[in-house]
Amino acid sequence: MTTAYWLRCRECGKTYGHQPLSICDECFSPLEVAYDLEFAKTRFTRETISQGPLNMWRYKALLPVKDTYVPQTPSGLTPLVKAPRLGAQFGAKNLYIKNDAVCMPTLSFKDRVVAVALANAQDFGFDTVGCSSTGNLANAVAAHAARLGLKTYILVPSDLEPAKILNTQVYGATLVRVDGNYDHVNRLSSQIAERYNWGFVNVNLRPYYAEGSKTVGFEIAEQLGWRLPDNVVVPMAGGSLITKIRKAFNELIELGLVDEKPVKFFGAQATGCSPIAKAVKNDTDVIEPQRPNTIARSLAIGNPADGIYASRVIRGTGGWAEDVSDVEIVSAIQELAETEGIFTETAGGVTTAVTARLYAHGRIKPDELTVTCITGNGLKTTDCLDGAYEQRQAIRPRLADFENFVEERNAASQGLSLAGESYGG
Amino acid sequence: MAVKVLLPNAFQKHTNNVKEISSTASNLPELVNDIEGRFPALRQHLRGDDGQIRRFINFYVNEEDIRFLGNEKYAFQEGDEVLVIPSIAGGCC
Repeated sequence: MTTAYWLRCRECGKTYGHQPLSICDECFSPLEVAYDLEFAKTRFTRETISQGPLNMWRYKALLPVKDTYVPQTPSGLTPLVKAPRLGAQFGAKNLYIKNDAVCMPTLSFKDRVVAVALANAQDFGFDTVGCSSTGNLANAVAAHAARLGLKTYILVPSDLEPAKILNTQVYGATLVRVDGNYDHVNRLSSQIAERYNWGFVNVNLRPYYAEGSKTVGFEIAEQLGWRLPDNVVVPMAGGSLITKIRKAFNELIELGLVDEKPVKFFGAQATGCSPIAKAVKNDTDVIEPQRPNTIARSLAIGNPADGIYASRVIRGTGGWAEDVSDVEIVSAIQELAETEGIFTETAGGVTTAVTARLYAHGRIKPDELTVTCITGNGLKTTDCLDGAYEQRQAIRPRLADFENFVEERNAASQGLSLAGESYGG
Repeated sequence: MAVKVLLPNAFQKHTNNVKEISSTASNLPELVNDIEGRFPALRQHLRGDDGQIRRFINFYVNEEDIRFLGNEKYAFQEGDEVLVIPSIAGGCC
């Protein structure tokens, strides 16, 4: 059976078939994967999807892999949970969390994109794969490559969180720490990908890799009972995810799996690296690069590759973008954990804090069905909480000690509450 | 005074496979003119309908985005290495 996808320039429309390439040689714009959606109508239905595996490969018919491909990497199908307690804090009545903090195997949504990228790396015959990464992608490439028996070269900024470095090296990956920020690493990766015959997931495999992000959108729709939300809040680094969720929703509408409805797209960035949010606020798709300075290192991309398209999606759907400070990011991580039992990394803190602000500013109405996307796990960025919690002295293994502990704690709580009353009066 | 200029693979179809040139341009506009003079076939691909350099084309001097250095106002220094990269890849989410 013929494949029903091909590469196409996002600007001039020139097509390129199926090859490891990310840039149009006519207008030097990025390429993306296009599908024969007429062909897909018979293959991508609610029924065929429901019979598929309990992972992202249930949407295989609209991912760029051959019919004969047998998936080896069961990522995705993460929980979509209602968030009433977090919602109550924000004044939201219909808030959901798409929780990719528990995406397998490496606890971030990057497992989705890498699954598709490496399927294509194998198809193209690469024996070595690589990436430039702010951490989560490094973890995912290392783990998936180990499972598929591929060699790796993974480039990261030298100041990356220790957990993300360890979570790459443990899989036997060749890790290259680069003295520079992500944009430096990225540029070097572009040069390496031109020099060596390797599959760089976010360079020459980028169009395929990016398609994996669509599965977030497919899952949101399916988990809502095959309907679209009113709003989606998405973290933005390179700006790819938000555009691919939109693409997923549009494909579902075109294939008749969901009813058409206007969905507003909202983007979240850290103030210390907010080129896309700034463009949205200035009502433009011209992205001015920034030098990143934020604890949200997984979002610290000063020259976002898909910034133009992210800005267009947000402004074109009536959405908005916001950016939040490092202090707000840490508070939001704690708030999400305390209210919904979800421990996210700094990027999720950005998304949560921005979601709070969107409600506070009235850009999202309380009753609207809103999905906020959590893309990574807090266990990878625990350093941002260093010193946040006092470690009390250990008690002896005696009930009396425990009773004293409880009494002291109650007294302290009461003291706080009395102090609050006094202050309030 | 000369700067080394590294051209990307995507240009090579229009540059007879030349990957590297040495230029005496003193700034970015002069460099673009120099490149277009050497490779006339590249010109129509390098610029959009508005005559401007397409926005997906990025210029770096040594390790810095030229936009951080003053962009068109930056005066090239002896020994500068200029890297041209279309559609910088990567990106997290």
